[in-house]
Amino acid sequence: MANIHITTPLTQDAVKNLKAGDSCLISGVIYTARDAAHKRLCELVAQGKPLPMDIKDSVIYFVGPTPAKPGQAIGSAGPTTSYRMDAYSPILIAQGQTGMIGKGKRGPEVIEAMKQHGAVYFGAIGGCGALLSRCIKESEIIAYEDLGAEAIRRLVVEDFPVVVIIDSQGNNLYETGKANYLSSVE
Amino acid sequence: MRELDANQITQTIKRLCIEANCLLPSDIQNRIATSCKNEPWSQAKEILERIIENYQIAEKENQPICQDTGAACVFLKIGQDVHIVGNLEDAVNEGVRQGYGEGYLRKSIVRDPLDRVNTGDNTPAMIYYELVPGDKVEITVAPKGFGSENMSQIKMLRPSDGLQGVKDFVLKVVADAGPNPCPPIVIGVGIGGTFDKAAYLAKKALMRSTDIPNDNPFYADLEKTLLEEINALGIGPQGFGGKTTALAVNIETLPTHIAGLPVAVNVNCHVTRHKTEVL
Repeated sequence: MANIHITTPLTQDAVKNLKAGDSCLISGVIYTARDAAHKRLCELVAQGKPLPMDIKDSVIYFVGPTPAKPGQAIGSAGPTTSYRMDAYSPILIAQGQTGMIGKGKRGPEVIEAMKQHGAVYFGAIGGCGALLSRCIKESEIIAYEDLGAEAIRRLVVEDFPVVVIIDSQGNNLYETGKANYLSSVE
Repeated sequence: MRELDANQITQTIKRLCIEANCLLPSDIQNRIATSCKNEPWSQAKEILERIIENYQIAEKENQPICQDTGAACVFLKIGQDVHIVGNLEDAVNEGVRQGYGEGYLRKSIVRDPLDRVNTGDNTPAMIYYELVPGDKVEITVAPKGFGSENMSQIKMLRPSDGLQGVKDFVLKVVADAGPNPCPPIVIGVGIGGTFDKAAYLAKKALMRSTDIPNDNPFYADLEKTLLEEINALGIGPQGFGGKTTALAVNIETLPTHIAGLPVAVNVNCHVTRHKTEVL
């Protein structure tokens, strides 16, 4: 399958053209955040305070990397399971976030927010942290250093491989992929 | 009585933490490679190829296979004729502290399940003690990722549910988990005992090489049947569809009460890690 090249920030035009099942290579700046950082980001939104990054058209990667060895930009850095962010993602999508990278199912509240505001959910291969780290060229902690692996990092990525799992119309590769495979072996 | 310096246990655990996280056991490597060869669905095959590339990079670069370097599960089989000089629990935790520090492994343990402050050194370890005959100490370090741990379930079945009840529950756990635990997965099943013993058995089942079936032919056969039925679900690698949903099913059993049939299913990802050494 041909790869679609995406450069961040991820605009609404780009979001609309992505379909569940598309293989993409992402280049540019993305941000890391997982459970604890999402909780703090949403507390800031609730208080009407500014976020530590520009959330509009941003892509957030659900990851807590291993520490970088000397000479590395980052350690192993594969996706974590996304449903733990389901309570928070709709709030950030409403603030303008357009992309999420993770793995695993999402709840209906997230998919609804994605359809309403225009956002896409990408999957990276879980358990491939060593391989994926090779596409991360720079990493810098920009907030919540006290959270360790869960701090928010600004990453510069080059041809970071992902697949569109859920698109902005709500089409879901977890449903279609399994159904297509099963009908092929009937 | 043989004496064993606790410091030797520290040094061994430190090394095992690093090695277990960077080198995938050969039985799991072989199962992924075989599944890749036999996978009929092209997108699934591609994912398995990336998974192989990943563990090869990890081995070559001495880098963690996965960023979730896990809770450090440490299984100790202690010979009853060995005297450990020093504090054993402290020695184990010191080994984990040094291994996760010097090995550039992620620190993923919080000190309290509700206040959630990271301990900063991946301690305490989850320690499982077993007293056995002899004067040796067998140490297994198994870093356990929580993407898959979170998909595990336990159920107290009725004796009348029988074999079909056990099979239905295992298949339900895998179907409920879907793409979340990073398929292709490895399944540990504990049947019998008490509520807590069944869960322990399920974890212990994951420590057995997938090359070695259950030594009871009935359960060896059930391991094979369950694997076939799981791989007919169509979930596939990463949940994008395909044949390869699981790599292996390992079952452990214990006698149980006349009123009960406990079944626990501990789910592990394709990065099923453990390394053993005998002192």
